[in-house]
Amino acid sequence: MLDTRRSIETPEGVELGLRLAGPVVRGYAWMIDLLIRFAVYIALGTVFSIFGNFGQGLFFIAVFLMEWFYPVVFELYNQGATPGKRSMGIKVVHDDGTEVTLQSSLLRNLLRSVDFLPLFYGVGLMSMLFNRDFKRLGDITAGTIVVYQDKLAEASDIVKMAPRTPPVSLTPIEQKAMIQYAERVKLFTPQRSSELANILEEVTQEKDEKSVNSLLQYANWMMGRR
Amino acid sequence: MNQDSFTEKYQPQWKEFERWLDSKDREIPKDRRPLSSDSVDIPHMYRQLCHHLSLAQSRNYSAHLIEYLNQLTLRGHQHLYRAKSNTLSGFINFVFYEFPSLIRKEWRLFWLATLLFYGPLFGIGFAIQENPELVYSIMPPEQVSEFRSMYDPEAKHIGTERASDDDFYMFGFYIYNNISVGFRTFAGGMLFGLGSIFFLVYNGLAIGAVAGHLIQIGYSETFLSFVIGHGSFELTAIIIAGMAGLKLGFAMIRPGLLSRSEALKRAGKVSLKMVYGVILMLVIAAFLEAFWSSKGSISPDIKYIVGYFLWGFVGIYLLFIGRRRAD
Repeated sequence: MLDTRRSIETPEGVELGLRLAGPVVRGYAWMIDLLIRFAVYIALGTVFSIFGNFGQGLFFIAVFLMEWFYPVVFELYNQGATPGKRSMGIKVVHDDGTEVTLQSSLLRNLLRSVDFLPLFYGVGLMSMLFNRDFKRLGDITAGTIVVYQDKLAEASDIVKMAPRTPPVSLTPIEQKAMIQYAERVKLFTPQRSSELANILEEVTQEKDEKSVNSLLQYANWMMGRR
Repeated sequence: MNQDSFTEKYQPQWKEFERWLDSKDREIPKDRRPLSSDSVDIPHMYRQLCHHLSLAQSRNYSAHLIEYLNQLTLRGHQHLYRAKSNTLSGFINFVFYEFPSLIRKEWRLFWLATLLFYGPLFGIGFAIQENPELVYSIMPPEQVSEFRSMYDPEAKHIGTERASDDDFYMFGFYIYNNISVGFRTFAGGMLFGLGSIFFLVYNGLAIGAVAGHLIQIGYSETFLSFVIGHGSFELTAIIIAGMAGLKLGFAMIRPGLLSRSEALKRAGKVSLKMVYGVILMLVIAAFLEAFWSSKGSISPDIKYIVGYFLWGFVGIYLLFIGRRRAD
């Protein structure tokens, strides 16, 4: 299935939805992090060079820590996202939806060196393409996934109107579609909202603006405004 | 119940739960975090919220409301099921019980990794005594002569004191280089174990060739007295990194009754513990190598004695520490 929405079941028995992030957005996030690391190396290199060999030693330790633990620190203390991931709006979570722990973050980032092989994440990309959850090898072993940090769209209240009973009985799915239409009608151009409403001409027996109005009234009725 | 009265009735509860989440959210700047009383029954509110979400889903309420409840529940889920972080007592327990017991429990892997490392090491080392030219089939002549000048007993730098900031420079380098080698040896296990085998054999061959060559040309005292001390921790740590990698490799090749990904997950948890130990041992090794092994002013005899002691220490640690607790 080509759907990237995964649902996980909580111990309370509800299903939560998560949207998986694919290779491209993760690639961008990685590149942003790479640039940040380079900038830090240049800054540290300049500062440490003042201290001669002692500074050189510090620089080696800094490079070692940054190369292996930069993602770990951010994933642990920045809600599962490195600055690159944050700017792309994605984050790392366990595949049961809980936040990453030190163990899982370390595992997925130590194994990054294999996913990177032979060049620029060749192994990782193959693994992601063959895995239904876009997991690279490190993700499989650590039990983690990368998901979008969805921001909730502005609450779109349905335009208040005098409710009217629909002339025909509607199935739940049809009702849902009509309510969604009413929620999103503000985002459409008037032409588009009429065009969509005209599809239901048989139901409303009206055209254009009048038809849009009728649909909004039905939606108000379905929302329980009596 | 229709959607509007549903929202009207429960919105105050959702808002209160949201306020509690915000008050715990480290992403929000401290001065803008709302205050939330700790007296409210959060688990109860969370269960209510879960209930509301499934009601909203089954009653086909609007997509926006479901999405809102979904995100609120997800945040609650992530907060309430957060894992506890490790403490100092966890660290002590790890060093004095968990790690050495784990290595003993996985003794088959330990000996397999030992064989893969020391087999090539001693093999090439002894072969070079018979046929000195062999060293050039392992490494290029420039590198061989570099090692030769480093351990030349006649060289001026042997026996003189190195500046202390040079020691620190080398410490930084050993941390960077050796621990990275350890990590790669571990991660290579993800290629059906082949990467770990490669690093174990390759490092065994390289170290064996250098050692064999230097002994064959008669530099054994400068070389062996240098490596014997830190070698105890360093070489054992590389073997344990290989073990951890082989553990992953076996989970891929022979997952048993589990699915491959589940077998990997379980093996990953165990091998990560080995990697913790590897990090610790390699930091100790880097410290010894930079600040002890390189001290030219200390006579080789004392270095040998301390070296034997360190090897004995590592051996006894892995063999005996934490045994009593295991019963």
